[in-house]
Amino acid sequence: MGIKSLMTFRDAVNLALVREMERDPSVFVFGLDVADHKGIFGSTQGLVEKFGRERCFGTPLSEDAMTGVALGAAISGLRPVHVHIRADFLLLAMNQIANMMSTLRYMSGGKLTIPLVVRAVIGRGWGQSAQHSKSLHGMFAHFPGLKVVVPTTPQDGYGLLRASIRDDNPVIFLEHRWLYDISGEVDENETVPLGRAAIRREGDAVTLVCTSWMNVEALKAAEILARRGVEVEIVDVRTVMPLDEETIVGSVNRTRHCIVADYDWIFCGFGAELAAVASQRCFGRLKQPVERLGFAPVPCPTTRPLENLFYPSAPTIIRAVEKLLGLEETDLRGESFYSYEQRFKGPF
Amino acid sequence: MIRKKEALSLYQKLVLVRLAEETIREEYFNDEMKTPVHLGIGAYAISVGVCHCLPSGAKTFGTYRNHALYLAVTGDTDGFFAELYGKLSGPGKGKAGSMHLCAPARGLMATSAVVGTTIPVAVGAALANAYRKGSDIVAVFFGDGAVEEGVFWESLNFASLKRLPVLFVCEDNNLAIHAHASERRGFRSIPDAVRAFDCHLGIGDGSDLLSVAQNTRAVLAQMTRDLKPGFLHFTYFRFLEHVGPREDFDAGYREKPGPKEMARLDPVRRLETELLRRGVASSAMEAIRAEASAKVRRSAEEAQKAPFAPPAELTTDVWA
Ligand SMILES: Cc1ncc(C[n+]2csc(CCOP(=O)(O)OP(=O)(O)O)c2C)c(N)n1
Ligand SMILES: [Mg+2]
Repeated sequence: MGIKSLMTFRDAVNLALVREMERDPSVFVFGLDVADHKGIFGSTQGLVEKFGRERCFGTPLSEDAMTGVALGAAISGLRPVHVHIRADFLLLAMNQIANMMSTLRYMSGGKLTIPLVVRAVIGRGWGQSAQHSKSLHGMFAHFPGLKVVVPTTPQDGYGLLRASIRDDNPVIFLEHRWLYDISGEVDENETVPLGRAAIRREGDAVTLVCTSWMNVEALKAAEILARRGVEVEIVDVRTVMPLDEETIVGSVNRTRHCIVADYDWIFCGFGAELAAVASQRCFGRLKQPVERLGFAPVPCPTTRPLENLFYPSAPTIIRAVEKLLGLEETDLRGESFYSYEQRFKGPF
Repeated sequence: MIRKKEALSLYQKLVLVRLAEETIREEYFNDEMKTPVHLGIGAYAISVGVCHCLPSGAKTFGTYRNHALYLAVTGDTDGFFAELYGKLSGPGKGKAGSMHLCAPARGLMATSAVVGTTIPVAVGAALANAYRKGSDIVAVFFGDGAVEEGVFWESLNFASLKRLPVLFVCEDNNLAIHAHASERRGFRSIPDAVRAFDCHLGIGDGSDLLSVAQNTRAVLAQMTRDLKPGFLHFTYFRFLEHVGPREDFDAGYREKPGPKEMARLDPVRRLETELLRRGVASSAMEAIRAEASAKVRRSAEEAQKAPFAPPAELTTDVWA
């Protein structure tokens, strides 16, 4: 029997770090701001007190070098967890990630092992604008040799992070900013294996294949659509690489309709990969072409009215489902959306 | 030596920035400014002083902590507040927000929320000036944390190598978010490290506006006589939290200085004391403050009433 308790995503991530650090002395956590009083939105709080400054420490602002340092430590037998308060800063480290981290094992003929986790925060905040809002999961997954994880529930934040730390490959672990306050049941004994999608909600009308925050939006859309008898099925991809094609294909073959809702730009994005999988493998079963939802094809704007148009949301999903099924538009007046936006306050 | 009249005009610019930021502090909790604000209370003397001395035609670049830079270059409180409130009449039509204010027509080319990223861009702008055999210079403002990024050293090296007309301005508050310099730097001093490069160095107290201006003039004069990059290093005290309108002395990572020290670290009070010493009547300063205050209030009110960008604006401005 597992120990189940209700906790926030933030506490679930924190607990995963604590448990792995207790279990394995080679695990350490480093990166800008991990050791200060705010501790990356609370996710690294208490680690210094529990494990000391050797195992949880801040760094200079030197993403490129620090990523190389993480890699060097990993091929020398440690298990670093390198943390970034914004995934956008990983773009400063792309040389180490895409030229080194993803290739060294291959080029060593399998002799080098790279047990390394890069945690980074994605998504909306208080007007995060064009340089603090990128998702990048599709870009990372493009490079063979990197695993990429996009958890949504507290249980997955916990279970997938533990699995990622134990994995002997480099894992990019991307956490949406608005998830930290979401609460859910977490079973401490349950790790979640990489490479397995989850069916968040069963339905027969349409399969919604979702990444990260889009799962939250999809659940909201599902609730509204269910009132008129439209039951959508939600597949939470959870790990971009390795990708669980079977769960996606199984669901699409059942519902015969597929909408991909990716938390990223559409053009050349991971959504295209998902759409290709569904189209290729469910070709004969699909009643309509696969639809894709994602960010508007512009840099992320700051001002809220444009930002709300930039991001796909529950209303976008509802409209897409209606269009795909040839249904009349639901009257959405009186519905409350953006509940997290109402709760979320600045300044960051 | 800076004369009384000039000192008063500097006071005017300084007070405008201060009152604009105090207004943000008052308004922020109404949750209408949906943008992260990195306030510069304590820092203004650097942007105001340096920009005051830059020759006309100069270009500037900065960071997310750019309010003083924007207002020092433009004086445009209307555009400033409009952008903070996310309105169409802001310089970025609300697309930019606080962290990306710019005014290319006035020479403020770009500010960035990714630390260190405007430094090489400023060097490129200086390269363009040198390429065209122009005499304009470029100034780039950045925090002490940016010095830890490789791109800072690469840019300084290239600029020194090519003798480019670029002025590096390091605004050193000894902090990167909550981390003190001693936790981040394996070398003793930024000026000492910079001395190894072929550039003109000026060092000063960034809380003292008049000395900032004097230091800036001295380095600009050296750059004119002997063309090489300039490097200004100014220390200052950050009064508020890294981002947001509050003080955070209770967070435990630093001490609150005593009242006398606070007065010395506050560029506005520092300048007021100096002006009084020079025989400026406090009523003259009061009048400047009242005028600035009215201007700021008007701009903030206008911005609150102004319309947001219409939906069609989402997809404009992406492509030339
Ligand atoms: C490349 C990069 N890494 C990390 C961050 C997160 N971050 C934002 S501000 C900041 C501190 C920067 O300190 P400094 O350059 O001294 O500027 P200050 O905020 O003190 O003005 C950090 C680490 C960032 N914006 N960009
Ligand atoms: Mg600093």
